[in-house]
Amino acid sequence: MSSAAKQSHAFDLAQVRKEFPILDQQVHGKPLVFLDSAASSQKPRAVIDAMAEFQRRDYANIHRGVYQLSQRATNAFEAARERVRGFLGAAETREIIFTRGTTEAINLVAATFGRERVGPGDEVLITHMEHHSNIVPWQMLCREKGATLRVVPIDDRGVLDLEALDDLLGARTRILAVTHVSNALGTVNPIAEIVAMAHAKGVPVLVDGAQAAPHMAIDVQELGCDFYAFSSHKVFGPSGVGALYGRAEHLEAMPPYQGGGEMILSVTFDETIYADIPHKFEAGTPDITGVVGLGAALAWVEATGLDAIAEHEHALLAYGTEALSEVAGLRLIGTAPHKAGVLSFVLDSAHAHDIGTILDQEGVAVRTGHHCAQPVMDRFSVPATARASLAAYNDRSDIDALVRALHSVNEMFA
Amino acid sequence: MSELRELYQTTILDHNKSPRNFRVPEGANHAADGFNPLCGDKVKVHVKLEDGVVVDVGFEGSGCAISTASASMMTDAVKGRPVAEAEKLFERFHDLVTGDPLTEPEFDPEIGKLAVFAGVREFPMRVKCATLAWHTLRSAMEGSGEVAKTE
Repeated sequence: MSSAAKQSHAFDLAQVRKEFPILDQQVHGKPLVFLDSAASSQKPRAVIDAMAEFQRRDYANIHRGVYQLSQRATNAFEAARERVRGFLGAAETREIIFTRGTTEAINLVAATFGRERVGPGDEVLITHMEHHSNIVPWQMLCREKGATLRVVPIDDRGVLDLEALDDLLGARTRILAVTHVSNALGTVNPIAEIVAMAHAKGVPVLVDGAQAAPHMAIDVQELGCDFYAFSSHKVFGPSGVGALYGRAEHLEAMPPYQGGGEMILSVTFDETIYADIPHKFEAGTPDITGVVGLGAALAWVEATGLDAIAEHEHALLAYGTEALSEVAGLRLIGTAPHKAGVLSFVLDSAHAHDIGTILDQEGVAVRTGHHCAQPVMDRFSVPATARASLAAYNDRSDIDALVRALHSVNEMFA
Repeated sequence: MSELRELYQTTILDHNKSPRNFRVPEGANHAADGFNPLCGDKVKVHVKLEDGVVVDVGFEGSGCAISTASASMMTDAVKGRPVAEAEKLFERFHDLVTGDPLTEPEFDPEIGKLAVFAGVREFPMRVKCATLAWHTLRSAMEGSGEVAKTE
């Protein structure tokens, strides 16, 4: 467990809510009820201030100048990398690569590690509950290489079929890409167990942690995975930034993803010697302020306590599940016993899109649509769902407002 | 709630519940698929064209109340019209739903019952729901056979 997870914290919900200035406003004359954190979370004052302060006082390009500002900026950037290492429980800081987000992190692995490893007739294994960002890069790779994309099925609750997974891990499987938490269903996958099954057959594992990072303590060494990706903007940091953890032995063997400045040791027209990891994978000037913001976000999460956040959200999820069961004609999509943060549902009376519009008029923000997981929608034979997703700052009054608004939907479409 | 009532007028709710021409017309000779990637709405519009006139028209698919009602009322509105007139009606309809939300739409005698969609202009996110069937109808009439998209 990471150090953040070990500490126990008193969780002061009222205080947590106060730290998110955006929550204090009205929408259509009603108090804002924000239930779309799985799409992107809101930002605490600590993050907003850290980014503004950095731009005001310390900003310069990194890893270049000998002047003091550049040194300060470099220190702040590298301190964020160390914080990500701690957050993920990685052994070494050089195993952390900054990317534009989870999507770019997965594309990076597919385009380097994947491209070297996968050949004609090989197989890439994913699951039926993946986000498009953990489907399309592998589909593109398979198409390029003449390889086959195989898919592990899920059951009617949205639970991954581990027996089928074991069967599908075959002699030609070159990589397994699996989400830690499903964005459309909320299912938490038993990653450590899955990794053990894959490794027993010599298959490396990439974990899409975009939906897990805001909700639970992560330890990549305990999970045993080869790669782990997450996005800053879902864990209270700014958008446009994310991180990829990769085991050093993989990262060292992998070719670079993009060429350019920052990722080189020396360049002549005949040859380029690449920089050591992690810089080999960080071509060009990154989103420096964004990375500093991510560092501040993880500091906020650690100070608040991920275990306390998880406990609070779990109780709220149980409360929400119960409350929604009392709405006439409502069907939850995703009823796995182990879930995090997501209440996805359909109503008999109204299409998800109509639900979203009516809820908005009541000040309640939810996501409606296919959640970038069309295969999940197909699996449950629904065109779209409405999804209420929870974060540290949500409370029971948010759920109560959601339920009241859903009654309005039923009235209008009666 | 008043804006919501503007959007979800009784006529719209009625057409959503019991869509008209929800079928493949006999002798249909043109069709096109429409898809709204934002919300997953899918519609297929079938047209029976004879001498440049929409003799019959129907649709299939699934979508929200706005897109279903819009498809339903569209089929009623264009049936029997020459293609050029149907195209013009789409332009008027488009103007109606994308107009400035702060100004009342001008009375348009041609738009007829479709005026109930004026409330959509208050909800820019829903314009694509209202226009999906129309985009698809246009593809079907043009016979391009391409999937109509709202993006």
